[in-house]
Amino acid sequence: MKKLITGNEAAALAAKLARPQVIAAYPITPQTSIGEKLAEYTADGSLKARYIKVESETSAFAACIGGSLSGARVFTATSSQGLALMHELLHWASGARLPIVLVNVNRSMASPWSLGVDHNDTLSQRDTGCLQIYCETAQEVLDTILIAYKLAESVILPIFICMDGFLLSHYSEAVNIPDQDEVDLFLPPRDAQYFMDTNAPATFGGGVSSEALYQFRQRIQADMDNVLTEHDRICDQFYQRFGRRYTAVETIKPENQELVIITNSTMAGTVKAYIKEKGQQKGVGLIKIRFFRPFPKEALKEALKGFKKAIVIDRNLSPGSGGIFSQEIKASLYGSEDQIPIVSVIGGLGGVDVTVDHLDRLVCEVLKQKKAQPGTIWMEA
Amino acid sequence: METMQIKDEMFYPGSFSCPGCGLTMAYRHVTKVLGKNTVVVTTAGCGSVVAGYYPTTTSKLPFFHCSFGTTAATASGLKAGLDMMGKTNTHVLAWAGDGGTFDIGLQSLSGAAERNDDIIYVCYDNEAYMNTGVQRSSATPLGTLTTTTPPPALENRDKKDIIGIMAAHKIPYMATACVSYPMDLQEKIRKAKKTKGFKFIHVLIPCPTGWFFPAKDAVTVGRLAVLSRAFPLFEVIDGKEYRMNVFEEKIPVAQYLTAQGRFRQMSTDLYPRIQTDIDSRWSELMALSNKREESTS
Ligand SMILES: Cc1ncc(C[n+]2csc(CCOP(=O)(O)OP(=O)(O)O)c2C)c(N)n1
Ligand code: SF4
Ligand SMILES: [Mg+2]
Repeated sequence: MKKLITGNEAAALAAKLARPQVIAAYPITPQTSIGEKLAEYTADGSLKARYIKVESETSAFAACIGGSLSGARVFTATSSQGLALMHELLHWASGARLPIVLVNVNRSMASPWSLGVDHNDTLSQRDTGCLQIYCETAQEVLDTILIAYKLAESVILPIFICMDGFLLSHYSEAVNIPDQDEVDLFLPPRDAQYFMDTNAPATFGGGVSSEALYQFRQRIQADMDNVLTEHDRICDQFYQRFGRRYTAVETIKPENQELVIITNSTMAGTVKAYIKEKGQQKGVGLIKIRFFRPFPKEALKEALKGFKKAIVIDRNLSPGSGGIFSQEIKASLYGSEDQIPIVSVIGGLGGVDVTVDHLDRLVCEVLKQKKAQPGTIWMEA
Repeated sequence: METMQIKDEMFYPGSFSCPGCGLTMAYRHVTKVLGKNTVVVTTAGCGSVVAGYYPTTTSKLPFFHCSFGTTAATASGLKAGLDMMGKTNTHVLAWAGDGGTFDIGLQSLSGAAERNDDIIYVCYDNEAYMNTGVQRSSATPLGTLTTTTPPPALENRDKKDIIGIMAAHKIPYMATACVSYPMDLQEKIRKAKKTKGFKFIHVLIPCPTGWFFPAKDAVTVGRLAVLSRAFPLFEVIDGKEYRMNVFEEKIPVAQYLTAQGRFRQMSTDLYPRIQTDIDSRWSELMALSNKREESTS
């Protein structure tokens, strides 16, 4: 069934289709309508879940941890300050190996406060051991949440599905909504291997020696290394059942590969429009990075093949350093043979508009340069 | 004399607690009453250290160490999950210290109590942050020496009225208890076990290491706290119906204070004020429970 819905509605519908048994969430713009929709679904009985109306995001995530420990499937959603408030708990969850699914509607961090989008909220959770996927469309949000449950429960780690506040959360698009029966076949109930079981009592999360901690960390890294392979496998199953294919990195290669723009989320949509209108003739392509954790290094290297130059557009800022995707990309390519000049660009912070014309002026400028401009370029705002 | 058989232990011997620790005694009694069909959430503090060190554990029950201050919310989520998994009869015990309850955990505690989530929350109160080396908490009584209230700046505030705060949440069952009265503690846990909704049990646990008294005296010091009425024992039903444990014996608070090193720096000039406060609190509680002074338990 096709319906005109917003990104937030797609997220709530996907959550409903995934049949979580415990939901705990706290309102914050622009995430609010996800929590409201799920409250509606649980109130009218169309979703059989316990919705814990907590008093803060710290408690929301703590309740998800508790819920997940019982072996149940859990869901939460938040934005910016809310995610920051969860920070300590994110470490607890990944360390305790709990497959919690969290939708984050990206919004800039205060102060000063703004409702506009940028990705500093999720990117500052980079090292928490949570997987991170960034979405461009409402369809992608819906599909990715279903994939995310399967993936998180397979690799036993928490996962974020990120979407741009307002630009995606509040605009409507036509979205294909899968049948519940089909989703049930794709995503059966959680079959937890480790949980709090009175028939097989065990202690979780207590004190360990330095050596044991070291081993637990190695194990997380090893499992992270397996995530992208597992993601591909699950995406194959998803494609066979629903006909839509997702990859860690999405690429558009023009015939004449002069330059590639690397970015994520809705910014990738703008780049697609630009390529169609003007970029194609100039040999401009796109690499849309969906996965941020784990970072898809190999897929990125493959996608870059043949391009002469790259522009990374970061909708985030690590003050004192620059764009975070740009750092990750440069670090991934370090030491590889066919390195190309990479121009680092910051744009769209706080929801500032980035248009096709902005992109064209940027591309023309970069194509003119003989050498890649060092440092960070700020896009016109 | 009443005797008690120690069987069906839910707590293995050999924990990391200090000798004479009231906390381990309390945990034993509580989990013994709750029995096998119980899961435990605890937070940072002596409780999490006493629970053991990987790959060993002192708990025979499924046990989770949660972040400091989220004990109640974690327990709420766990209970919701267990219910949804069809395990509606499993008890969820939230176990936290005074710091994890009066201070950093107060918000999530209030949230869970206000929602009346069906969990048993036990605050083991040793009246300071013991695990981090005896710093004051808002449960630390007036005149106490801790590492953050060194002389001459001894604790200058009264203990926070956690009972008043929790009673205002109108939860179905709450009680104070002391590990020196194990039968009473067990009875209160038994009632909590039978009650649906949020249960709050506030247990005083004498701590030889932080209160500076000999390890062998833990039970005695707890008795002095109760008999001096510095720590009255009572229950509150639905936030309004008070039921007092009244003991015939009453001792001056000075006897309790002088039994511990933590009050030794305090000027004895403060004793009359402390005694007056205790007496008026006692009258208040007696009035709330419609009892007269001469009645006994
Ligand atoms: C967020 C956070 N802040 C601080 C700490 C350090 N910390 C661990 S235990 C503790 C005090 C615990 O006091 P209490 O709850 O009274 O338990 P006790 O140690 O007395 O048993 C503190 C401050 C922590 N673990 N987590
Ligand atoms: S410091 Fe006190 S409460 Fe903590 S283990 Fe030692 S005696 Fe027990
Ligand atoms: Mg304490």
